[in-house]
Amino acid sequence: MSTETPQPAESVADTPPASDSADSAFSADTRVRTVSTAFHDYGVRLRSGDLGSLPALFGLAVLVILFYGLRPGTFLSTLNLANLLTQAMPVSILAMGLVFVLLLGEIDLSAGVASGSSAAVMAKLLIDGGMNWTVAVLAAMVTGLAIGAVIGALVAIVRIPSFVVTLAFFLGLQGIALKLIGEGGTVPVHDNVINALANENMPVWLGWTLAVVCVVAFAAFQLFRQQRQAAKGLSRNPMALVLARIVVVAIIVIGATAVLSQNRARVSTIFLGGVPWGVPLVAVLFIVCTFVLQRTTYGRHVYAVGGNAEAARRAGISVVGIRMSVFMIGSMLAAISGIVLASRLGSVTPDAGAGNTLLYAVGAAVIGGTSLFGGKGKARDAIIGGLVIATIDNGLGLLGAKAYLNYLITGGFLLLAASIDALARRRRSATGR
Amino acid sequence: MSQNETPTLELVGINKSFGAVHVLHDVDLAVHPGQVTALVGDNGAGKSTLIKCIAGIHPVDSGAIMFEGRQVHISSPKDAASHGIEIVYQDLSLADNLDITQNMFLGRERTKGIILDEASMEQAARETLTKLSVRTVKSVRQQVASLSGGQRQTVAIAKAVLWESKVVILDEPTAALGVAQTRQVLDLVRRLAETGHGVILISHNMNDVFEVADRITTLYLGRVAADVARSDVTYSQVVELITTGRSGDLGLAPATAAESI
Repeated sequence: MSTETPQPAESVADTPPASDSADSAFSADTRVRTVSTAFHDYGVRLRSGDLGSLPALFGLAVLVILFYGLRPGTFLSTLNLANLLTQAMPVSILAMGLVFVLLLGEIDLSAGVASGSSAAVMAKLLIDGGMNWTVAVLAAMVTGLAIGAVIGALVAIVRIPSFVVTLAFFLGLQGIALKLIGEGGTVPVHDNVINALANENMPVWLGWTLAVVCVVAFAAFQLFRQQRQAAKGLSRNPMALVLARIVVVAIIVIGATAVLSQNRARVSTIFLGGVPWGVPLVAVLFIVCTFVLQRTTYGRHVYAVGGNAEAARRAGISVVGIRMSVFMIGSMLAAISGIVLASRLGSVTPDAGAGNTLLYAVGAAVIGGTSLFGGKGKARDAIIGGLVIATIDNGLGLLGAKAYLNYLITGGFLLLAASIDALARRRRSATGR
Repeated sequence: MSQNETPTLELVGINKSFGAVHVLHDVDLAVHPGQVTALVGDNGAGKSTLIKCIAGIHPVDSGAIMFEGRQVHISSPKDAASHGIEIVYQDLSLADNLDITQNMFLGRERTKGIILDEASMEQAARETLTKLSVRTVKSVRQQVASLSGGQRQTVAIAKAVLWESKVVILDEPTAALGVAQTRQVLDLVRRLAETGHGVILISHNMNDVFEVADRITTLYLGRVAADVARSDVTYSQVVELITTGRSGDLGLAPATAAESI
């Protein structure tokens, strides 16, 4: 990777804090890791069963090569890649909400139908109520929040196992959606703003501007943090690794923008290109979730409750409050996911979110590296896992695979990811102590 | 030693009953700064109940808890913490998936606005470990899952010290540890005392007790059988005190010891 100067420059920068600090007695403490120790530490983590997103990235690479080999003309076409991205959006958003729930070792089986019911509320308000889209979207999110609050209260206060509560909601909410929309009915979504989310693209210049802003902001943030950690003599990653991380993110963001900015219209007379409007929405949700989980007291407490609820309770953390809140966050993100799905399909049906939507989302979170046993997971797992799921769905569609095969393969993938998770956990407990 | 100063924590005539069962009879206990007081006694002697009274989990029926010479009322674990009494429980209260710094500040995180102040927490964690001359952990950013039992106990103790505690109560800190790890923890217990903390050590292991304790308080069926300096007693005397409540001219009067049974 990019290793020009940082190595020597760093050891020079590192000496003053190490020697002048009053805590030099704590001599065995390592503050700055070199590239080789960083890699060594990573190797140790992998061997001890902490795989993170690695299996998902590996799986994604294999799937892309496989589908490219089978459908060389269409799979990697710009049109299909853009399509794949919009396919991944609702799954990823739903999975992001589930990451919060899974972090506590709980499960929300009703997240899929919660997204459907919330979308139904939005569609009804748009069509029958003639409301503005902001009101309808807000109402959908409040619906999600309310569903989550009730589930959360039943799980956290009444202490019913979450899978029972959410299984009941899985059935009950389908009834509510059926009542709202009517049997066999469909509510079309005509609102321009809602439809634009998954079907329209940003102007090319705006896509590029946002991409560059994102990369610059990320680089500035990473470098600023590294600098500050170095100045205060805190433990930190080596500069080379920070630079490498920035380069990888830049390549992904710029590369994706470049691909999406090309004309992907089948007819040469029109221009179809640009980043779909849903992408910045997912990006914002991702950044907010990552910030909440990694940088706030609330996020720290979510991890603590997921890791050891008794320790969290003794430390004075409101375990009940945390438990309730993750279901509220999960269901609210489910509502947003339902809106995006409604935008993609152009309508809401009574069975929206009832089929494989939920399993796709749970699969996405788990494939991405979030543990079903709680305490381990990140918002980015949902994005990576969502891409894997969408790739399977999309690739099998291109192959013209029968629906039964699609179910079998996706189910198999979920099982595979859960097995990796369970085996990794066993390994962690074997090597952890 | 420092017998003449005011004890940091002093219990006077503590009584506690659960229903008809009289668990603690007029228990007196003094914890001096810079001293390790070992609290020993057989199972059911009342050690845990006594600790829970100090921690504010059980209210006492009668008797006084004096903190730095003033009588205080401890009615909840929060009250205990506000007086600087920290308890390190036998079953460790650490979250495996968080690192050492995160665990030490769990529930009391420092923030800047809404953002966690990682820098100041990491520095404080490092300073605390330095103060205790901990050399066994590699980095304050190490995940607790990767630590050995002794290192975990070390982190749990350091967590108690971080909060400017004056009295640290250790409930069987070496119960589940191997030889080398027990060594680490006992060294740490000694350093706790050297840094001016009053330490109560609960242990069943006489070797540990004789190694680190300044005073040994023996509980026998809810009564203090003896409160003696370590140098004044032998190993076998303490064992006798634990099992029968008396040893030679030490311990409870024969009548009292017999009556308790």
